[in-house]
Amino acid sequence: MTKIKTDSPTGNPQMTQLSRRKFLTTSGVAIGAGMLPFLKAMPAQAANGVVVAVMGQTINSLDIHRSGTNRPSYQVAVNVYDRLVTFGTKTLPDGGISYDYSVIEPEIAESWEITPTEMIFKLRPDGKFHDGTPITAADVKWSFDRAVTLGGFPGVQMKAGSLESPDQFEAVDDLTFKIKLIRPSKLTLPDLAVPVAIVINSKVAAANATADDPWATEYLHTTPAGSGAFKVARWNPGEQLVYDVNADYTSGPVPAVKRVILREVPSSATRRALLERGDVQLSFDMPNKDALELAGMDGLEIQTTPVENAIYCLCPNLAFEPFKDKRVRQAIAYSVPYAEIFQASAYGRGEPMWGGTEASPSTIAWPQKFPYDTDLDKAKALLVEAGYGDGFEVPLSIDLSQSDWMEPAALLIQENLAKIGITATIDKIPGANWRTASLVEKRLPLALETFGGWLNYPCYYFFWAYQDGHLFNSSNYRNDEVEALTDENLHMEVDNPEYAPKITRMIEIVWDEVPRIALWQPALNVGMNGVTDLEYWFHRQLDARNLKEV
Amino acid sequence: MAGRGKTIALRVAQSIPVVIGVIIVSFLLTRALPGDPAVYFAGDAADEASIQQVREALGLDKSWPVQFALYVGDLLRGDLGVSLTTGQPVLAELSRRLPASLELTLTALILSCAVAVPLGVMAATRPGSWRDHLCRVVVTAGVSLPTFFTSILLIYIFYYFLGVSPSPLGRLDFMFLEPDRITGFYLIDSALVGDWETFVATANQLILPAVTLALFTMAPIARMTRAAMLQALSSDYVRTARAAGLTTRKVLYGYAFRNALLPVVTTLGMVFSFTLGANVLVEKVFAWPGIGSYAIEALVASDYAAVQGFVLAMALLFVALNLVIDISYSLIDPRIGFDAK
Repeated sequence: MTKIKTDSPTGNPQMTQLSRRKFLTTSGVAIGAGMLPFLKAMPAQAANGVVVAVMGQTINSLDIHRSGTNRPSYQVAVNVYDRLVTFGTKTLPDGGISYDYSVIEPEIAESWEITPTEMIFKLRPDGKFHDGTPITAADVKWSFDRAVTLGGFPGVQMKAGSLESPDQFEAVDDLTFKIKLIRPSKLTLPDLAVPVAIVINSKVAAANATADDPWATEYLHTTPAGSGAFKVARWNPGEQLVYDVNADYTSGPVPAVKRVILREVPSSATRRALLERGDVQLSFDMPNKDALELAGMDGLEIQTTPVENAIYCLCPNLAFEPFKDKRVRQAIAYSVPYAEIFQASAYGRGEPMWGGTEASPSTIAWPQKFPYDTDLDKAKALLVEAGYGDGFEVPLSIDLSQSDWMEPAALLIQENLAKIGITATIDKIPGANWRTASLVEKRLPLALETFGGWLNYPCYYFFWAYQDGHLFNSSNYRNDEVEALTDENLHMEVDNPEYAPKITRMIEIVWDEVPRIALWQPALNVGMNGVTDLEYWFHRQLDARNLKEV
Repeated sequence: MAGRGKTIALRVAQSIPVVIGVIIVSFLLTRALPGDPAVYFAGDAADEASIQQVREALGLDKSWPVQFALYVGDLLRGDLGVSLTTGQPVLAELSRRLPASLELTLTALILSCAVAVPLGVMAATRPGSWRDHLCRVVVTAGVSLPTFFTSILLIYIFYYFLGVSPSPLGRLDFMFLEPDRITGFYLIDSALVGDWETFVATANQLILPAVTLALFTMAPIARMTRAAMLQALSSDYVRTARAAGLTTRKVLYGYAFRNALLPVVTTLGMVFSFTLGANVLVEKVFAWPGIGSYAIEALVASDYAAVQGFVLAMALLFVALNLVIDISYSLIDPRIGFDAK
């Protein structure tokens, strides 16, 4: 039945006349030609293995290594490509499915062996790319060389796992791949399971590379060459992406759904109407308000998962005078109306990060509740003690492209700051400027911030958000003890007896000095109508491999 | 006729300085946009070094004159560059999105004229009557409803509540494939190859967004028609025509309406240009892959190539539009010749 070649998703010249119309019913999946009238009448297309998903953002490349590839595009790397290893799966307390950070499972690799200086992976002997050619260690080597050479985000992410140079990668034989380690690090193996560490069919890529473009970035930008559970059947940039199942998938079980049609619908009101009507089965980027209102509605399932290792914060900048004093920062932390913000900005979806009762944490869980709560008297007393009893003026900066939650939060913070004598003026910064101002130049005196780390370790969060000069440390915070402890912990194994006490100490320091005031842990909302078992991932994009019809 | 051809050629030649000006201004304006595209596109976790790599890859480390020279060189080769937000060549993207926007805008304007012009004529023939008030109420209601409100309301009633409209999922429902590209207008392309199923599907998808825009654009057209008709009807030649005993029909359509058409066409041109830019909200709500949402996304991300390409395309479009309007003047009113300009 297949009338569409999947090796070139962008154009339509490959399509034959027969498949031109009613793409969905006549091609790819085994659906009878007479199904079309029923499709219109039947709310759940899922019953025939076809899932329609909508999201608010746009996919701008099928190649995660390309510079400028945006976050929604990472899902192509997840669904269409494989990695050496992947994370396990667990069931959350609320019945949802999530990836399991603590378990690393085989994907392309069948087994592996780790020594202090090397990692040796044995590939599956039956591993096949979409074009049927075997997956070899040379493909892995080529792909990893590409990830560390092309620069930009993939290079940074590989580096987080101490994977920095092509010299580290060696194809020993067809099925044996070796990584020479710069240093033993607990981050290396999980870093091989993130979307960036994909394995590309290097023969196909090499055939389409040019002298100017040795890594075939132009070709792979529009034409994936992977081994993943899905193939890209069609990509209309700005409109839709269609995945067809890879029936010969070798790196895991073949998915239950046959085809996923992902449409880009910018308006959240439209996405909501489509989901409620049952014309789409999955809705991503669902605002908290819609999630709250739709939860519990008949036939709809709203999966709300707190985003791991992420906190929405208020960051006083230590480069500016009043905030150099710890007591001023603490005063602000005591003035924030946490509960109201959580309701107004997050509609109660997520995890509260305030009201902790201990000054020193008893667990190394991260994030956990900071030991602050709204207490204006305490805040005033601290300000007086710091010599700012008469208050001061400060701009409170927010990102216009995130104004849905930042604006209500900033207004509530402004109101309470006024009560302790601090005059905050709300400074709205356009989305294009935001990163430069808050993260790169770090020039905002008081701003809201949203960092979340992919690799789920407290020390990884500290590395990005509390170490001096690092990108997400928009507070310009520096504490020599935190610097040293983060460096020591970053690569240390979690079961090392020194690990937990050091993490405890780090948390204790940043709680006391509070350069980042935690507001709450955000949550990801996905609406489902007619499908179930969508797996939550730290990259927060659609992974259709586990999806099932109801 | 040869004279007319020559004048058209002259008019096109006159627009060349305009286009050159647009190229320079759009280049300078995009550079003046706030934000640093290199930082934006280096990704979430990029450090200084990788931002620098991206900056070099984009050619943004060079001076403005060098960047401009490269840009003009590319333009002369017909290369508008690659948009970073969408990852696609700007030319390909514009040639796909412009027809989408034009198809929507033109359908809306045809709908709008079909209602607004008769409404205006009707109001003008009996000023102060209930017909006149009806016209006023209808057009005021249309223009005072913001387009995003109208579109969400229409979706709610016709899609969500009544279920008579197809899913608001862009130009075609996911069950259909777009027709072979001939003009880029799905209605025309599907009609040309006789694919009526796709034609109907396209028309169904078009109805709600086109009605939304039509409601919004009716007011200026109807008001202008009414005013121009009133003026024409009170003029000497109409009085003479009436005195000569011509039928009401002949007076109304043969003399008054034809003379009233000039300002209406001028208004139509203006309405067309603002609609093309202002339908961003409608495009967003109906997931319409048009040019307005493309430009907005590009602006937000300081996506230089896309913004420049968009401005240039719009400039060329308006040069063409003005030319068409000027030619239509001389067709409507033979007294207006090209020589006069």
